[in-house]
Amino acid sequence: MSASTFGSGIRRREDPRLITGTAKYTDDIVLPGMLHAALVRSPYSHARIGGIDTSAAASAPGVVAVYTSADAEGEIAPAPCAWLLPNSALKIADYHCLAKDTVRYVGDIVAVVVAETPSQACDALDLIDVDYEPVDAVVRPKDAAAEGAPQLHAEIEGNQAFHWTVTGGGDIDEAFANAEVVVRETIVQQRLIPNAMEPRAAIASYVPATGELTLWNTTQNPHIVRFLCSLVNGVPEDKLRVIAPEVGGGFGSKIAVYPADFLTVFCSKKLGVPVKWVESRSENYQATTHGRDHVQEIELAATKDGRITGLRATVWAGMGAYLSTAAPGIPTILHGLMLSGVYDIPAIHEDVYGLYTNTTPVEAYRGAGRPEATFMVERLVDLLAAELGMDPVDVRRRNFIPKFDSGHDVVTGLTYDSGDYGGALAKLLGEAGYRDLRAEQAAARESGRYIGLGLSTYVEICGLGPSQVAGAIGFQGGLWESAILRFHPSGKVHVMIGASPHGQGEETTFAQIVAGELGVSPDDVKVIHGDTDNTPMGWGTYGSRTTAVGGAALAVAARKIRDKATIIAAHLLEAAVEDMEYDDGKFFVKGSPDSSKTIQDIALMANVAWNLPEGVEAGLEATSFYDPPNFVFPYGAHLAVVEVDPESGSVDLKRYVAVDDCGPQINPVIVEGQVHGGIVQGIGQALWEEGVYDDGGQLVTGTMLDYALPRADRLPDIEVHSTVTPSPHHPLGVKGIGEAGTIASTAAVYNAVIDALQPLGVGSVNMPLTPERVWRSIQDAQGRN
Amino acid sequence: MKIPVSITINGRRFERDVEPRLLLVHFIRDVLGLTGTKVGCDTSQCGACTVLLDGVSAKSCTCLAVQADGASVTTIEGLAGGDGLHALQESFWNKHGLQCGFCTPGMIMASHELLRCNPEPSDDEIRHGLEGNLCRCTGYQNIVRAVRDAAAGGAA
Repeated sequence: MSASTFGSGIRRREDPRLITGTAKYTDDIVLPGMLHAALVRSPYSHARIGGIDTSAAASAPGVVAVYTSADAEGEIAPAPCAWLLPNSALKIADYHCLAKDTVRYVGDIVAVVVAETPSQACDALDLIDVDYEPVDAVVRPKDAAAEGAPQLHAEIEGNQAFHWTVTGGGDIDEAFANAEVVVRETIVQQRLIPNAMEPRAAIASYVPATGELTLWNTTQNPHIVRFLCSLVNGVPEDKLRVIAPEVGGGFGSKIAVYPADFLTVFCSKKLGVPVKWVESRSENYQATTHGRDHVQEIELAATKDGRITGLRATVWAGMGAYLSTAAPGIPTILHGLMLSGVYDIPAIHEDVYGLYTNTTPVEAYRGAGRPEATFMVERLVDLLAAELGMDPVDVRRRNFIPKFDSGHDVVTGLTYDSGDYGGALAKLLGEAGYRDLRAEQAAARESGRYIGLGLSTYVEICGLGPSQVAGAIGFQGGLWESAILRFHPSGKVHVMIGASPHGQGEETTFAQIVAGELGVSPDDVKVIHGDTDNTPMGWGTYGSRTTAVGGAALAVAARKIRDKATIIAAHLLEAAVEDMEYDDGKFFVKGSPDSSKTIQDIALMANVAWNLPEGVEAGLEATSFYDPPNFVFPYGAHLAVVEVDPESGSVDLKRYVAVDDCGPQINPVIVEGQVHGGIVQGIGQALWEEGVYDDGGQLVTGTMLDYALPRADRLPDIEVHSTVTPSPHHPLGVKGIGEAGTIASTAAVYNAVIDALQPLGVGSVNMPLTPERVWRSIQDAQGRN
Repeated sequence: MKIPVSITINGRRFERDVEPRLLLVHFIRDVLGLTGTKVGCDTSQCGACTVLLDGVSAKSCTCLAVQADGASVTTIEGLAGGDGLHALQESFWNKHGLQCGFCTPGMIMASHELLRCNPEPSDDEIRHGLEGNLCRCTGYQNIVRAVRDAAAGGAA
């Protein structure tokens, strides 16, 4: 039963090439005559460039060319910022692909060397003499906003990239003036380094005779790369082909189009031969975008019985030295509009200040603004519970938006699609055995053990999104997706799709959608993506939008096919179209299922075109462009159980239970995998990960030795459950699931640790909750300093 | 100055003259074109370059090609030893033990070593056995399942 493959956890079709080492990532591709580029990156966080002497490098063995900003003048535009946040006094500093006279972060590019081998290019880097004159740097966003702070860009006063506000509902000052209870907190959302396992890479191959250029690029959005490269490098879009081959994870860090990408294209254009650039992991830490970096001052107004009456926040968001491609929208649109969370909050106000700092540019990182919002809200709710002596469950239940299935407006201006937040929490409490856990916790405390329970009930915005909204919020692109579905004469199918998955398994998911809609075997469906020359336009895989938007485009295309097939089947069966029925790949006259035409029969007839109804074109192919009417809003409830050792400060994550609702699951095994990975990234933020700069702007956590990524031995098995609430506006009812785990889990783990520490008098600890920090917080709370 | 080496990879002997500084992983990838073995870091943390060196797992970024002179190396391409899949490859596929796939060749080779040393590991032992290999996609849980599954099937 082919239709039953929709909803089935079939094995991924991607895997055979990946488990045998035959998949080709960008660095695995070798072109004849290919040269290799390496980049001179600034070792200073902020310095004037007095001069650059490239002569020794230029004559080094194997070196073909050395370029600095003077060579690129007029040939390569600054790297663009493509999210022009309106009503925010946005000020975009020029992000030169080769620094002109000032470097502004450790990793800013000063020169590029092209040589015959990668090692020759690297050797030559050391021969380039750059005369740096260091100046004062500023690395923390709130410091950058202070009077007298070092200024990054002469034309941008106070380092302020933007000031964005969201105000919704009732008068916020009145809400706080009349509040019976107010809780406050300052939260540091530390800087995170995404660490996709495949470092970034690019190969550009320019053919002077035709003016055509092909760029292999490890990207989440090849069509956006094509668009921006055409603008920056001056290669017309029709002559520019971008291929995202196998891509080894992204998590937001492969959305941006980077100076290094534009420079690889520039070098190939200059030299007329293929040029490859591959970053090292250390280079990745310095120059591939980071995430988070907020300081959040937040407060919640409520009544004595625990009803929330207002939420107010001021956020200082570090943007790094320049604004990356989508950066301004992350701490604003994707953050501030989500501050109502799963709660009915009558008044909300937030100010967000985006600040330039002498650090690596900050971009989307899994969740992108929404984890920062969820954390704020879930932290405040727990603080309110503690203040009122209520169970965190009861405070949540008192404020949940009641169950709804066709739209709910929140005061930030969004309309959530569907949700049953109380239902998800109820399921979580049952699966986890919450009452028993609380009893165990109480008993453990009696014996001097510190167990904590942490809840996070979240809703997120994804499936970005209606293009009209994209325009209104300054996103310099569309947010629709497209698909072409083509039947060959033998009944086999090609899907050409604009979305560009890079580990999420959507070649499998998409084939299951086609199978579900048209009754073919998923094995008969080939899914082609990631090549701008043979796929229709797509706006990229991020924001948990590929199944939600790309999958919808594919479903709509399949339904167009079904409509045409019905007409052809009616003709072949000599029946009226309105008398036809369809079931699982078969078309038949109502009441006569035994005399049917299969979709394969129709595909053959449509392709040979011997006997088609009048006015029906040959071929069985459909194209669709799907622009969603609204975002989708997955949600869920998570619980973390930890035990803290007060002697060492170490946190043992004992259990993690998740209930997520992403609507109907096309492939539940893939969904579970996304949930696992997402949760672990959020746990990483809570417990281990932090991108650290010293006061001078040196990246202290500059390698995998220094940055604590989650490891297998540090984690428990995650207990995954789900509820199913279809989106009312989506053709398949599905929502996204790629980021949900990360959005929920940081707050759950943090709340659990604070719950464990409550008897010791600890109120808050900055993340990550390392043993040292936890231990110190206990010492401080116990007055032992 | 280049130095001659003779290294057997996946059962086939290769004789090449290499720079003394050439890492084994670059010999495998760049000289021989066996790109299944990956480079994910520059500090020997990630384990994406794990191969079997004379039957024992090694991070091929920690070994010079000249040090491997005379050795026998197995990479992900040669693990199954034929057209089919090795039991670990099957179990990673069956248990959804991979997403982007970049860490997978190294993870499978490290799992091979784990099961060689401990054919019936507990989940805890699997987690400790794989602590030298990083994966950013899966959260490791399905990798643990895959190794457990392979062990149950006698993959060692």
